[in-house]
Amino acid sequence: MLSLRDLRVRVGEREILKGLTLDVPSGEVHAIMGPNGAGKSTLSYVLTGRPGYEVTGGAAELDGVDLLGLEANARAAQGLFLSFQYPLEIPGVPALTFIRAAMNAQRKARGEAEISAPDFLKQARVCASDLKIDFDMLKRPLNVGFSGGEKKRMEVFQMAMLSPRFMILDETDSGLDIDALRIVSDGVNALRGPGRSMLVITHYQRLLDYIRPDRVHVLADGRIAASGGPELALELEREGYDKYARAA
Amino acid sequence: MVAVKDTVDQVAGLEKYEHGFVTEIEQEFAPKGLNRDTVAFISAKKEEPEWMLAWRLEAFERWSAMESPDWARVSFPPIDYQDATYYAAPKTKVGPASLDEVDPELLRTYEKLGIPLREQEVLAGVAGAPRYAVDAVFDSVSVVTTFKKELAEAGVIFCSMSEAVREHPDLVRKYLGSVVPVSDNYFACLNSAVFSDGSFVYVPPGVRCPMELSTYFRINAAGSGQFERTLIIADKGAYVSYLEGCTAPMRDENQLHAAVVELVALEDAEIKYSTVQNWYPGDPETGKGGIYNFVTKRADCRGDRSRVSWTQVETGSAITWKYPSCILRGRESVGEFYSIAITNGRQQADTGTKMIHLGEGTRSRIISKGISAGRSSNTYRGLVSAHPKARGARNFTQCDSLLIGKSCSAHTVPYIEARNGACTFEHEATTTRLSEDQLFYAQQRGLPEEEAVQLLVNGFVRDVLQELPMEFAVEAQKLVAISLEGSVG
Repeated sequence: MLSLRDLRVRVGEREILKGLTLDVPSGEVHAIMGPNGAGKSTLSYVLTGRPGYEVTGGAAELDGVDLLGLEANARAAQGLFLSFQYPLEIPGVPALTFIRAAMNAQRKARGEAEISAPDFLKQARVCASDLKIDFDMLKRPLNVGFSGGEKKRMEVFQMAMLSPRFMILDETDSGLDIDALRIVSDGVNALRGPGRSMLVITHYQRLLDYIRPDRVHVLADGRIAASGGPELALELEREGYDKYARAA
Repeated sequence: MVAVKDTVDQVAGLEKYEHGFVTEIEQEFAPKGLNRDTVAFISAKKEEPEWMLAWRLEAFERWSAMESPDWARVSFPPIDYQDATYYAAPKTKVGPASLDEVDPELLRTYEKLGIPLREQEVLAGVAGAPRYAVDAVFDSVSVVTTFKKELAEAGVIFCSMSEAVREHPDLVRKYLGSVVPVSDNYFACLNSAVFSDGSFVYVPPGVRCPMELSTYFRINAAGSGQFERTLIIADKGAYVSYLEGCTAPMRDENQLHAAVVELVALEDAEIKYSTVQNWYPGDPETGKGGIYNFVTKRADCRGDRSRVSWTQVETGSAITWKYPSCILRGRESVGEFYSIAITNGRQQADTGTKMIHLGEGTRSRIISKGISAGRSSNTYRGLVSAHPKARGARNFTQCDSLLIGKSCSAHTVPYIEARNGACTFEHEATTTRLSEDQLFYAQQRGLPEEEAVQLLVNGFVRDVLQELPMEFAVEAQKLVAISLEGSVG
């Protein structure tokens, strides 16, 4: 379970998260919605340990482990995965090489043995086929020259390969057409299960038709302004965020 | 990424420079200083014929009248040429006939460096493992050359330069200095006067050299320099692939390495020359010590359709000053230059190439990857020129610089001269900083920072690593990682 207590975060002089409290129990999928500038991306970055975000108060724990005291790679080894809104291009490093290095680094950090090359390739073939990714694409430098949709698909591919227990999806639907959205959502849904949780960050209700959340939270002005069931997302789609922005 | 993992383990157990040990061995030296007597001393030590001594003395006279060049983007205090020793050799007789005669301490040195000198061990290796012949040069002399017999059966001559001067004088007289003339430049001229050893290769017409050849240069003695001379000739239709590696102990003083390498490719011949340069780079904090690597390397594509490719991985040396070049004389001859130059700590590198298109339809290709970290300075300097007769000449140059951290610098100085209207030159250059976003992305996937940097850098240099012979590419990849140790944070 992910547990955030009164989390306060600054970027430079500006306070972005102003006492955010949130619990995502194990096995559940929660959606975070909110207007631009509410702090959605900040939340995903501060949880995964990107430099430049100063935590001034509060706590963040994943299954009792204090995330804030760990380096970004150590958090990844704890099973935390971020599907980036804008995935980075890695010139000269084939996707498979990158993912295998990442997988083995995580295993090493957890004191596990490295994955063998045949096992790795077998797993990669299965995941690629599930996500309708051409296997040859995985031999190309990661994300270099890929379309927006292909990049998002590669994020979900990496997620499937690394098999994390807590996943943050930052605007995974942006840049996807309907077909791609369906394939990506199917991939994400396949990863749902006991012991695995997700935080789905999105502007639009559309994604939530495909990835059905257990709970929906509204993030406005650095705090959780409202929480509810899936019906809250529909209400937001109808009425917009004005009410929460004003309340803040 | 097996190599990356290896590297990390290796780096964890390493001193900063892995090859920095000194071999305790009895050595014989020339008297300190540089004059006609020094030159005569070296020539006598090597039992050289009269003509060789005359050649050296002429070089010495010319050098005495020259001045040290100052156009490169490197700075160092004036070198006192009288305060160095120009000959240092282990006290065994010159050119031992078999390994049994080589000082065991020397053998242990090469063992420690991972250089295979025992043919039977190389042969006993895993089936299908690559074999390569080695000429091991220790300070001023070649201590052993392996696989000579097998190579001789194919007609290939592979021996030390000293031996070539004695055993193959006609070939040496014909080609020595024919690519890099005695007074070509200050350091080449110095080398011509005092060169001690190096490798000689001759591949006869139509012969494809049956194995990789390599020379391993080791500077050991204090207060000495190394002035090796290498000459490789590929006769008509011949092919040879050659690799040089170099290391030196960690010392507080600067040591001079002024080498000359000459390659001659006749009609339809091909030479691949690879360098993995890992001289001691000096102390990364203070900049104290390290090798001054002032080297002249040039290939003459003398015959039509001949081909030379230079591949270099430059990670060591306090200062690197070298421009492996190709004179594209033969019609439709091809020159290639693939370079990775890494500077860290206080290192300075000014390196690149010259592609001189003289013949019709000649082609050249330059791929240079410069990586600067720490407080280092890294310059690419290159010349592409086409002479009036070189109609239809083509060049493609790609020159990429990667900056790691905030205190290093990268410079690109391309010179392009087209003296006829029928040539095509393309030049692409980029300079990028290792992006924090990319680093974070890799770290988010579980890679620790150092490993993430290595992976990204390996991606950056991939085009060039692919040009190295397989067995050295892995080695080079590790070296790249080690050179950048401590470059982040």
